[in-house]
Amino acid sequence: MAKSNPIIDSAISQEYEYGFVTDIEQETIPPGLNEDVIRLISSKKNEPDWLLEWRLKAYNQWLKMEEPNWAKLHYAEIDFQAISYYSAPKEKEKLKSLDEVDPELLETYTKLGIPLEEQKMLANVAVDAVFDSVSVTTTFKEELGKAGVIFCSFSEAVKTHPELIRKYLGSVVPPTDNYFAALNSAVFSDGSFVYIPKGVRCPMELSTYFRINAANTGQFERTLIIAEEGSHVSYLEGCTAPMRDENQLHAAVVELIAHKNAEIKYSTVQNWYPGDPKTGRGGIYNFVTKRGICIGDNSKISWTQVETGSALTWKYPSCILKGDNSVGEFYSVALSNNFQQADTGTKMIHIGKNTRSTIISKGISAGKGQNTYRGGVKIMKSAEYARNYSQCDSILIGDECGAHTFPYIDVRNPTAQMEHEASTSRIGEDQLFYCNQRGISTEDAVSMIVNGFCKKVFNELPMEFAVEAQKLMEVSLEGAVG
Amino acid sequence: MLEIKNLHAGVDEKEILKGINLFVKPGELHAIMGPNGSGKSTLANIITGRDHYEVMEGSVTYNGKDLLDMSPEDRALSGIFMSFQYPVVIPGVNNTYFLRAALNAKLKNQGLKEMNAVDFMHLIREKLKRVQMDEKYLTRAVNDGFSGGEKKRNEILQMLTLEPTFSILDETDSGLDIDALKIVADGVNNFRNKERSFLAITHYQRLLEYMAPDFIHVLIDGKIVKSGDKSLAIELEKKGYSWLEK
Repeated sequence: MAKSNPIIDSAISQEYEYGFVTDIEQETIPPGLNEDVIRLISSKKNEPDWLLEWRLKAYNQWLKMEEPNWAKLHYAEIDFQAISYYSAPKEKEKLKSLDEVDPELLETYTKLGIPLEEQKMLANVAVDAVFDSVSVTTTFKEELGKAGVIFCSFSEAVKTHPELIRKYLGSVVPPTDNYFAALNSAVFSDGSFVYIPKGVRCPMELSTYFRINAANTGQFERTLIIAEEGSHVSYLEGCTAPMRDENQLHAAVVELIAHKNAEIKYSTVQNWYPGDPKTGRGGIYNFVTKRGICIGDNSKISWTQVETGSALTWKYPSCILKGDNSVGEFYSVALSNNFQQADTGTKMIHIGKNTRSTIISKGISAGKGQNTYRGGVKIMKSAEYARNYSQCDSILIGDECGAHTFPYIDVRNPTAQMEHEASTSRIGEDQLFYCNQRGISTEDAVSMIVNGFCKKVFNELPMEFAVEAQKLMEVSLEGAVG
Repeated sequence: MLEIKNLHAGVDEKEILKGINLFVKPGELHAIMGPNGSGKSTLANIITGRDHYEVMEGSVTYNGKDLLDMSPEDRALSGIFMSFQYPVVIPGVNNTYFLRAALNAKLKNQGLKEMNAVDFMHLIREKLKRVQMDEKYLTRAVNDGFSGGEKKRNEILQMLTLEPTFSILDETDSGLDIDALKIVADGVNNFRNKERSFLAITHYQRLLEYMAPDFIHVLIDGKIVKSGDKSLAIELEKKGYSWLEK
């Protein structure tokens, strides 16, 4: 058996900092899933009939589907009947300003380092704070309104822009796409909706903070972003979650649509509760379907993700490159520490001519963590002169973790150009000692090496997020060095 | 002053050093010579505090402070430096960034203001000239893709930048051609002064032709079997080590 190393052990034994629960009265429906539950969710949200029908159809499809088991993830069977499918902070009067928001909720944000007030005043970021399934407050709406940008909760968009929802909902990720997408389609609670009109460059980064808060409540977010011809938007998504005993299921769906000459940049920093560091119990199960379509010529979709949380991560943000000359990008840092397991990557589907895709994946494994890159590149027959560049690097910290790489390549057009590079390295005792001998502490050394490894991805994040991501990496890896 | 008294040490309960006594005063350069497996590198690892090395008996102090009680980084911050026999590659970490982090750790420890990137570039460019290194090494990752000679020069560059008071040169001559050896030796020689002391670990007397040692110690089977001045090195070169072995 491999010998354990006290230096490395202590360097990676950082505990989850954001483990606390906000005590706000919740309105939660009892666990279980059937047609009545779906009707209840739909009626609580005053949804139109067509949407209820859509949900029920998805539910009946889901019943016929089987949970996928091809990912390199090991977990106890999920009891879908033991999950409560709706939870909302108790309805109060409509909020007009932050003063009206529950002070305890505001304190939670402060603990997380995202004080709304400060953001409102200082940063040029509009925050749509989703607190357990229901949007509590939305800021910057006016300014966005001037530019014609729609940025609101999904439920609100269903009421105010039903024609757009009807046109695009499920157009990129159909309800039957996969098991978890079907489940989400049946029971999704809320999420965000973004619409950028033709020729508009969104005047600010759009940001949403998600947060799971009620015990036993699945979180089923639904996000839809539409960028009309020649428009541009950068969307940021970040989350942290409180400590919990029960496994929490999270199955979100994100759909992006980029029309001709449009560009969507979607950045995620994910820090769901990873489970007890000593036993791995209680962490979030994160089964996410994210997909974008470059439907118009010369359009571009760029996914950047920093995944440090969750007990399980099952996530493959993908691009369908349909328009000629369209571009898809995927930049990812995935960290699995302690008992975390991550099976993540991307799919790039080239349909249009001269389509290009870039994949940069950086996996970090520490503790007993298992990190898998799974990526598919498909060049269809119609995709003349398509190009792909993939780079998948893994770094191992300690000797009980694992890194795995599964690239799938399917080329049906001989004019395609494919490049694939991969590497695996290790933060060794010798590297740490070398740094120590130069007066650099182990904590700083680990952080320096990991940040150096992730640089290419962090560079893709918007400035404020890059700083946060770096901080998160430090917190996730190295705080407990004695 | 570095004082080693009756040092017994090893790895996994195996005793490698069997009673070492060594005193290195400020300004002195001591050379430790000896055949493979005699314990030279163990001595360097004990002084710098590498993990897995165990002290069974004896003491190592530096300027009166018990080194054995300190973490490797605290020893480094107290002025102990080692030019590694096999410098470590750190992919992704820029050489300049690394050096500045090390220098700033030292400045911070001394309660001084940390150096900004602009001032540091001025400093490092000047140091580079002393080891005849090209500026392109500054933008590369630490030791990544460096040749053997470049790695050794990079070690000396770090020494010149961090200005330690006690430097261990662990087989710094190995893998160097004669030109590189001269550059490294010049770098060390120009760095020598009344306060700074050195412990040069080497197989061959070649290095010692270029940097005059004050004392030479022969280490065989974990013990210093003979000490002398520069002439001892010449004798060793002619006769080998066997005449000193029991």
